[in-house]
Amino acid sequence: MQTFDLEENGLRALNEALHAQADDTNQTAWEIVNAKGSHAIAVGLDAPIEVTVKGSTGYYCAGMNKQATVNIHGSAGPGVAENMMSGKVVIEGDASQYAGATGHGGLLVIKGNAASRCGISMKGINIVVHGNIGHMSAFMAQSGNLVVCGDAGDALGDSCYEARLFVRGEVKSLGADCEKKEMRPEHIEILKDLLEQAGSDAKPEEFTRYGSARNLYNFDVDNSGAY
Amino acid sequence: MKDIDDNGIPHTTPRQSATFSNDINSDIRRAAATGIYDIRGGGAKRKVPSFDDLLFLGASISRYPLEGYREKCETKVTLGTRFAKNPIELDIPITIAGMSFGALSGPAKEALGRGADAAGTSTTTGDGGMTPEERGHSSKLVYQYLPSRYGMNPDDLRKADAIEVVVGQGAKPGGGGMLLGQKISDRVAEMRNLPKGIDQRSACRHPDWTGPDDLEIKILELREITDWKVPIYVKIAGARPYFDTTLAVKAGADVVVLDGMQGGTAATQDVFIEHVGQPTLSIIRPAVQALQDLGMHREVQLVLSGGIRSGADVAKALALGADAVAIGTAALIALGDNDPKWEGEYNKLGTTTGAYDDWHEGRDPAGITTQDPELMARFDPIEGGRRLRNYLKVMTLEAQTIARACGHNHMHNLEPEDMVALTMEAAAMARVPLAGTEWWPGKPGTGF
Repeated sequence: MQTFDLEENGLRALNEALHAQADDTNQTAWEIVNAKGSHAIAVGLDAPIEVTVKGSTGYYCAGMNKQATVNIHGSAGPGVAENMMSGKVVIEGDASQYAGATGHGGLLVIKGNAASRCGISMKGINIVVHGNIGHMSAFMAQSGNLVVCGDAGDALGDSCYEARLFVRGEVKSLGADCEKKEMRPEHIEILKDLLEQAGSDAKPEEFTRYGSARNLYNFDVDNSGAY
Repeated sequence: MKDIDDNGIPHTTPRQSATFSNDINSDIRRAAATGIYDIRGGGAKRKVPSFDDLLFLGASISRYPLEGYREKCETKVTLGTRFAKNPIELDIPITIAGMSFGALSGPAKEALGRGADAAGTSTTTGDGGMTPEERGHSSKLVYQYLPSRYGMNPDDLRKADAIEVVVGQGAKPGGGGMLLGQKISDRVAEMRNLPKGIDQRSACRHPDWTGPDDLEIKILELREITDWKVPIYVKIAGARPYFDTTLAVKAGADVVVLDGMQGGTAATQDVFIEHVGQPTLSIIRPAVQALQDLGMHREVQLVLSGGIRSGADVAKALALGADAVAIGTAALIALGDNDPKWEGEYNKLGTTTGAYDDWHEGRDPAGITTQDPELMARFDPIEGGRRLRNYLKVMTLEAQTIARACGHNHMHNLEPEDMVALTMEAAAMARVPLAGTEWWPGKPGTGF
């Protein structure tokens, strides 16, 4: 286990050290102490390492992550795991706005609640939120799965494309061109797998699926009121 | 038509309305027939005050010129000296602006890389990500970080020689883009993680930050990911150049790219292009003023774009305080866009050479702004690259000619005092004297 004191050694040294880890590194476990809400912790990682941040983080923790597993033992600021490509990010607490924004792959697990715009423009990432999510989540979501074990705020899935949205609780309102969808066996399988990976005991059958009605895919003046 | 009727009464000459001109009337008829606003490519076509309204004075008794064929006039420029470990060194102060693969074909992007490389300058990616063609043929490649994040990935980010955070575009400050379904080939769709054939909207603002304080943290993240190696540019539209330049510098930009309303876009609403933003001439002095007020002029480099066409434009931009310029539309024309040899085909599309701007429809006769394999085959990237190189060389020679005539041994020594304005508007915008006077509107101490 490598322990890195962020307050003492600084952000640049931390990220440089993490970037220096090759695919076959034997320094696979890292613990970051004295994070104190710093921004851009463990960004741009590209090695199969496991990084645990003791405490809460500021903006963009684990941004653009590849391969690595990042555990946040606290809450995460805006844009956690933004544009993640692969790997896994687990937040023990809550996540601020834009969690998992534009993520292309990997798994983001938020054990608390997520604020607004969770999964905005997601492009293949899987996100599992144990609690609730805020308004405008999955806005323009392109692909991937957003699983919400609690409730969703206003305008869920506004202008979304092919992303699958699963909500167990209430949805305050759906956004433009987002509709309730049939839950087929393959969706139950997807949910079962993701819930298991995320450590949730929720039952797939309790969820409702939402997705694009595909009415706004090509511009039509008769739909102009929806924009 | 006879001048008088059968009763000998003179006709009134038929009179066109200046308000309801034929152009305007055709817009109204098109809107009534389709119910959709007009989408097109390119920049503002309306006449606006421009660099054409400025003149250089040249040398005189008080200033002596440099010999054109013997005395050196340096053109090199370094971008990104503020924070980056590896600033970009260019042989000429003319760069290629961001244009996407998707809007342009792969071979067109390759040609831009070839031409820029041969001239010793950089190219820039666009919405949709980085293609192997442009990385392979551009030794200096700027990677645009755009609101849509289409094709955005950290591997390409690290391959880039600089990163350009795009906040705004001169053709559409505050607006996003639209790539219509007919240009969404399998390859374009795959790069953007979207279904083939749908209209792809490009977001107007970034998904994970809003405001200058967030931008500062976003730039920090990008620097950390790239280990502070490459310069970070911030591209802004010519909306509020003084404040936006100030805020970009405050947020940590190495370079500010400032784009006026003549700057092109692949596709957006005509009403946006013609009615939002400011002319390139009007935005440079406020931006330079902001840098000077911060003590950062030349420390943070300024790249100006939006309708740059010639070495004269380059020289004027540099004289007003820019460190370099960027060209987009002019580069496409150099490649062969709107070439008269395709006039017959432009006519079939209901347009004519020089006016073709429906780049988003994917039917470009020149094979540049298309994803149609048959049309793309018309364009030779090697020949295109050669043409672009020639054009960049000519622009540089022209700008050097002017700089030498003004007595400068480096392009960056050009200054506002080398110029006068032909119109009151240009004098006010460029803050140089109206020709024949020592005065411009707003000149301090003049009371006007």
